[in-house]
Amino acid sequence: MSFIVYLSNYIIPFIFFYIIGYGMLTKTSIYDEFTKGAKDGFKVVLDIMPTLIGLMIAIGILRASGALNLLSKLLEPVTNLLHFPSELLPITLVKMFSSSAATSLLLDIYKEYGPDSYLGRLISIILSSTETIFYTMAVYFLAAGVKKTRYTLAGALVATLAGTIASIIITNMAF
Amino acid sequence: MLNYLWGFMIFIGIIVGVLGGNVAGIGNAAIDSSKEAVTLCIAMLGVMSMWTGLMQVAKKSGLVTSFTKALRPVIRFLFPDIPKDHIVNEYIASNMIANILGLGWAATPMGLMAMRELKKLNQNSNTASCDMCTLLIVNISSLQLIPVNIIAYRSQYGSVNPAEIILPGIIATSVSTLAGVIFATVARKLSRYK
Repeated sequence: MSFIVYLSNYIIPFIFFYIIGYGMLTKTSIYDEFTKGAKDGFKVVLDIMPTLIGLMIAIGILRASGALNLLSKLLEPVTNLLHFPSELLPITLVKMFSSSAATSLLLDIYKEYGPDSYLGRLISIILSSTETIFYTMAVYFLAAGVKKTRYTLAGALVATLAGTIASIIITNMAF
Repeated sequence: MLNYLWGFMIFIGIIVGVLGGNVAGIGNAAIDSSKEAVTLCIAMLGVMSMWTGLMQVAKKSGLVTSFTKALRPVIRFLFPDIPKDHIVNEYIASNMIANILGLGWAATPMGLMAMRELKKLNQNSNTASCDMCTLLIVNISSLQLIPVNIIAYRSQYGSVNPAEIILPGIIATSVSTLAGVIFATVARKLSRYK
């Protein structure tokens, strides 16, 4: 199944080829537009920077104090039952509430175990296949002034669970 | 939400640190982490700008518009209750395309406009319509094809091949979206029998 990894290497070059090629065919001033768009990237990063600083400090403290290790030890009986790594349970739960808090925990996993470890790969894939449930629901339903959300939460949980299980299977198969 | 979570994390960290005798490391960890966050953001500036630059080319050349058009049959299938030529179809299509292309900040305003229109279609009710539930479930199931941030983080933390997770991620994301779509479709059918 290593062809999945192999094909992954083609995706970014392909996107470049396709978008730039299409831009040239339609006579778009591609370089001007690229530099214009690149400026938006600065805005995006600057927007998340204060949040990231605050949360990375909190996670740094939790890691240094030994609280994170303690937490995975405490969760071990549950996660063993679920066949899920205890180190990754906090982050998958936090991800339901806050994407930036999950990011800080993700970076902690990368630091502790490496991005190319089993845990590093698995969590990369889990986080790329799920979204922040409660935050998204709050923002969308608040904007529309809707109070009764009916089966939305159930559906969101089903999708998240399916994505997480698929991530575990695909990580075991691809690497 | 984060006010409580953040306070709780720092509080627990310090208490556990004091009890476990790791208190010396805590101050250093706080200082190091704040510096690390900035280093990371600088690294992210590159990858993120590369992506937004590329997406601007895609937008300007009309590629995004043609993707949005291609999405129409999918939207008709997912949201059968919306009148065919209603503007909300456009909002939903733009929201989904922005999500697929990893432009989350562009997706949310479109999604919120879609929600407001859906509320009007639902006689301004306080209860979510089936279309709203579907929109939310599909959004939460994650549509993003290329997890740009995660690739940037992996590269910053020394991954030999940061992009190796793209295809596995696409497969996992398709499974979660498919599960969400099946759930939403079945739930819509069931709610009609009531």
